[in-house]
Amino acid sequence: MSELMTDRQIDRSKMQVSDEVAIEISNMNKWYGSFHVLRDINLTVNQGERIVIAGPSGSGKSTLIRCLNALEEHQQGRIEVDGTVLSNDLKNIDKIRSEVGMVFQHFNLFPHLSILENCTLAPIWVRKTPKKEAEERAMHFLEKVKIPEQADKYPGQLSGGQQQRVAIARSLCMMPRIMLFDEPTSALDPEMIKEVLDTMIELAEEGMTMLCVTHEMGFARQVANRVIFMDAGQIVEQNEPEEFFNNPKSERTKLFLSQILGH
Amino acid sequence: MSDIGFVRTEMLPEQDPPASEVGIIGWARHNLFSSWFNSILTIASFTAVYFVLAAIVPWILSPTWDGTSLSNCRETLAAAGHGDAHGACWGVIKERWVQLIFGFYPSHLYWRPVAAFVLLGAALAPVLFSDRVPSKMLIFSALYPFIFPWLLWGGTIWMPIAALAGFVIGGLVYKFAAEALSTLLGVILGVAAALVWWMLLAAPVSGALDSILPIGIEAVESRKFGGFMLSVTIGVVAIACSLPIGIVLALGRQSDLLIVKYICVGFIEFIRGVPLITLLFVASTLLNIFMPPGTNFDIILRVLIMVTLFASAYMAEVIRGGLAALPRGQYEGADSLGLNYWQAQRLIIMPQALKISIPGIVSTFIGVFKDTTLVSIIGLLDPLGLSNAIRADANWNGIVWELYGFIALLFFVFCFSMSRYSMYLERKLQTGHR
Repeated sequence: MSELMTDRQIDRSKMQVSDEVAIEISNMNKWYGSFHVLRDINLTVNQGERIVIAGPSGSGKSTLIRCLNALEEHQQGRIEVDGTVLSNDLKNIDKIRSEVGMVFQHFNLFPHLSILENCTLAPIWVRKTPKKEAEERAMHFLEKVKIPEQADKYPGQLSGGQQQRVAIARSLCMMPRIMLFDEPTSALDPEMIKEVLDTMIELAEEGMTMLCVTHEMGFARQVANRVIFMDAGQIVEQNEPEEFFNNPKSERTKLFLSQILGH
Repeated sequence: MSDIGFVRTEMLPEQDPPASEVGIIGWARHNLFSSWFNSILTIASFTAVYFVLAAIVPWILSPTWDGTSLSNCRETLAAAGHGDAHGACWGVIKERWVQLIFGFYPSHLYWRPVAAFVLLGAALAPVLFSDRVPSKMLIFSALYPFIFPWLLWGGTIWMPIAALAGFVIGGLVYKFAAEALSTLLGVILGVAAALVWWMLLAAPVSGALDSILPIGIEAVESRKFGGFMLSVTIGVVAIACSLPIGIVLALGRQSDLLIVKYICVGFIEFIRGVPLITLLFVASTLLNIFMPPGTNFDIILRVLIMVTLFASAYMAEVIRGGLAALPRGQYEGADSLGLNYWQAQRLIIMPQALKISIPGIVSTFIGVFKDTTLVSIIGLLDPLGLSNAIRADANWNGIVWELYGFIALLFFVFCFSMSRYSMYLERKLQTGHR
């Protein structure tokens, strides 16, 4: 899937990277038991960047972005997200989580709540937004992901693509400054991938800072401003998409690209 | 090359299905006589059901409602042409049903347990049928735990008010301490204040208030409690308390805090490893040894505590099963939105875990309710205990089936209702996933 499955023109006017640092990771290490999953990660992400993280399975790319909102704990090094340093302090963790939206491979919608309730829950309980305002905002974002008519249904009644768009809307309702995507299209049928990617492109066009673990190389080529290639828990190569795809430097990257783009 | 081309020129109209597929005949063919073996099974089953009913129905339909003693019943049966002992002696139920339900509760005060259980229905309605009953009724449900013991045991009205005041005091202390210090300290101080109030101050304060303004109803001692009323009292209290305690234990067992975790594990495993009868004996005899001399710790209260603890341990394991069935993604989804631990538990995890556990929870409820008959072993007069007492009456010596049948019917009505309610609840909470 080397080509992006969309025919729309991408508006790059608002896709601007500012000087403001959104995320700073320095000398970060993580172990699962005695297994060294992430090794000496250093990464600075500026506000407005759209980063695609690629790599073979087991390379630690999901673990990396899950460390950014403390779904996984790192053992060494420093992570600073939006000016807050990640520590064991629960208040810091909750603050970062409410500023950083996350979209999962398996959506993780709440099946016992309606679509609208899924979207209003966190704003009402975490942000203490009045219910009416939260509902208006939820409808606004549901319209943005083009499923306002499903607001009263339950997640189980929606298709995979629709569920993933609800998950994106649910994150957006918290007005995050950074969005993390953990293989958002990997569990979807091909025709549903397009609708989710379209939603993500729209987000990028509005200048959202995005970190995206994905195998959609078309998306990486057309939307990302930086592609990071990981293998064996390390950042092996990072570059602008044009250079990354046309002129990879490391042997490992070349092999990977030849495998996923080769057919 | 053969001609395989085909074009339909006319669409076929819809036809009625053959008579053997629809209606009663179709149903019987599908369900009763679908093959020769099933036909034999059907006929054999009908025959067996016929013989069972032929034996039971005449026994039930015996004209002995006015019998005054077992021998009197037998005479009536003989006169009516029933075989010698082939017929129930319903006179015992007509004479003693009030006792089977109320025990030795003073008969001029029967309105109080009746009122207590009618109000119980009103208190449960907004909880059980939240979509049909206005949620303002929940205020009454919250007050009901204080009305219930007062109606049953009677005494001064200041006692339940003092008990309620303990919650108010705890709540106020929590509110101020949480603002001034921290949430955790607030919780600890609030609980401590409420405990101090209940243990040390509630009784003298309510006594003092009573001497100033004596309002109250006639007190009834615990030893006069009995019959089905006792079973329902123990059952309702154990059921109502075991669910929240069970939830806390289940969460504690999964906690990252080691001490909390091991206390919960130890408690659950200990209680589940000991028969309920042992706990009841501890409650009825051993507990007195450990109490300071002269302490009067009500026997029903002791039994209530033991049955509740027993039910809570089982409840905790049932709920843990529900928690284990939830995908990890639900926790991560809640975490990633910034919900804190208690918000995630209350809004995301528990609603789903409890829903998954409904069949197990209701099974435990039903089991606890039926286990209340074990209190007859430590001398409380529940319906089974009373049935022995009734048989000790010379008039009714030798009566067995009628009493047990009546008691079984009472229990069946309650247990079957619980079972049906759980199925209704499962249907109502079905939101189309899975």
